[in-house]
Amino acid sequence: MRWGNIMANKADEAVPAARIEPPVRDEFEREPRSIGEIGEISRSLSPWQRLRDNSLARNLFILVVLGLIWQIYAMWANSPLLFPTFTATIQALWDSTVHGPLLIRAWNSISILLIGYVSGVVLATLLTMFAVLTRFGSDLLGVLTAMFSPLPAIALLPLALMWFGLGAGSIVFVLIHAVLWAVALNMLSGFISVSETLRMAGRNYGLKGWRYVAKLLMPAAFPTILSGLKIGWMFAWRTQIAAELVFGATSSGGGIGWFIFENRNELQTASVFAGLFTVILIGLLVEGLVFRTIEVHTVRKWGMTR
Amino acid sequence: MPTATINRTETESVAPGATPLLDVKGVTLQYKTKKQIVTASYQVDFQVFPGDRFVLLGPSGCGKSTLLKGVGGFMSPVEGEINLNGKPVHAPGPDRMMVFQEFEQLLPWKTVLENVVFPMVTSGKYARAEAVDRAKRYLEKVNLTKFFDAYPHQLSGGMKQRASIARGMAMGPAILLMDEPFAALDALTRLKMQEELLELWEELRFTVLFVTHSIQEAVIIGSRILVLSPHPGQVRAELNAQQFNHANQDCAEFHALQQRIHDMLFAERIDAMGQHHGE
Repeated sequence: MRWGNIMANKADEAVPAARIEPPVRDEFEREPRSIGEIGEISRSLSPWQRLRDNSLARNLFILVVLGLIWQIYAMWANSPLLFPTFTATIQALWDSTVHGPLLIRAWNSISILLIGYVSGVVLATLLTMFAVLTRFGSDLLGVLTAMFSPLPAIALLPLALMWFGLGAGSIVFVLIHAVLWAVALNMLSGFISVSETLRMAGRNYGLKGWRYVAKLLMPAAFPTILSGLKIGWMFAWRTQIAAELVFGATSSGGGIGWFIFENRNELQTASVFAGLFTVILIGLLVEGLVFRTIEVHTVRKWGMTR
Repeated sequence: MPTATINRTETESVAPGATPLLDVKGVTLQYKTKKQIVTASYQVDFQVFPGDRFVLLGPSGCGKSTLLKGVGGFMSPVEGEINLNGKPVHAPGPDRMMVFQEFEQLLPWKTVLENVVFPMVTSGKYARAEAVDRAKRYLEKVNLTKFFDAYPHQLSGGMKQRASIARGMAMGPAILLMDEPFAALDALTRLKMQEELLELWEELRFTVLFVTHSIQEAVIIGSRILVLSPHPGQVRAELNAQQFNHANQDCAEFHALQQRIHDMLFAERIDAMGQHHGE
């Protein structure tokens, strides 16, 4: 393009078009120099440079700063009832973990959450498989997701309470609703984006029906499926805590939502903060440990994502 | 001048009554775009015999890749029939392994070895132990011994194509279908791959149906060349080229054949298409 412009400019200026010939130059050859003469070829980074390249260290730094701001503000506000200090929150977290019911509460939440999440993902998988293999299935999934995905899961809780009573059943129902549509939508869009060459390769191997979906489409669409699973998990975790806040304890003992509610009633604000902290911690743990591990051992290893 | 020593007997040994491996009879293939139906190839006939290096050659738009898809079973002809070993082709199957032009044809979630093993096991043709054995043997033949446990994204383009060829051959298909497998490679790698394919054929004598738009590649790779004319693809000629390879591509006969094909395809169209189509 640059050449084109230069030529055009010349034409505009009406300079007589002299044909430029590049000068003829001699050929030459050189021996590559030995490495010793060049000196330094690579140098390892200093510890400080390495630290700055470590994302964990950078994130920790942000957390420390946030904690400091919290502590300073809370000490200045001096109102433990409304805004406890960071240290008081950590103290409450320690106490209720070691001496109190926080661990049991967290386990109650997670065990119900897992049931709901896994059932939601299984249902989403079946529905999407059906959608990929038949046209009716894809129409059905399209209509259902369009109808139900805008509907907040927690809005179904009153109905679920009437149908399944006060207990795990209701929460599981609401959780499935929270997970199903998000995961199914992502799975389907992942399947649709699988390249034509890979599809043909799979059919070339004689793969058909559910084997084609399970052995070819699923792994090929795994980057999108994984992000769907993450979104589904986030929805489920939020819905879980919200549902527990609404109706508190069940016969088997309440979850973290109930822990927060209970402590608010007793004006144990530091413990309320500790409960919220636990919700965040579990969220980070699942994201950073579970999903991260899956990602490293699948899509990263396969070079499908950076 | 190197003389043609390889396999002069091959096509000549086929008696008139011999049965072809692949029989394409009067095949018309059409594909749909958003707005129209396009006839890609029109009443094409050809026969491939065991051991052939059969090349489909033609400019873009002659329907050669579509024909290959038809043989692969990915498309059904609207007219005519395609028979493999006397049985009509209806659907894709592991008896016709395809090597695509795109590098991204290996499954990214499997290692090179697993990529070759997977179709053998999943099609039920081989037990796992035997499949692994075969996969290793064929990967060795395409010089990928060191890369058994590598993932496809760690390989170069040429290595990916080698792995795809090993995958196709390890299946022991009745016919290997190659859709411009070297077109996306750089010139040096392409030359090497062509040589390796010929060496492999010398050793194993498989049957291959090879699509290309390069006249030179067709003459080097092919033992028999089907020349197709464009829009829609029709049979223009079927030529013998088994005596040519890299070693004798400077000889007069090689050039004569190249020129003959070139004239066949472009002579009457040179004004419309410009001169850049010359190989």
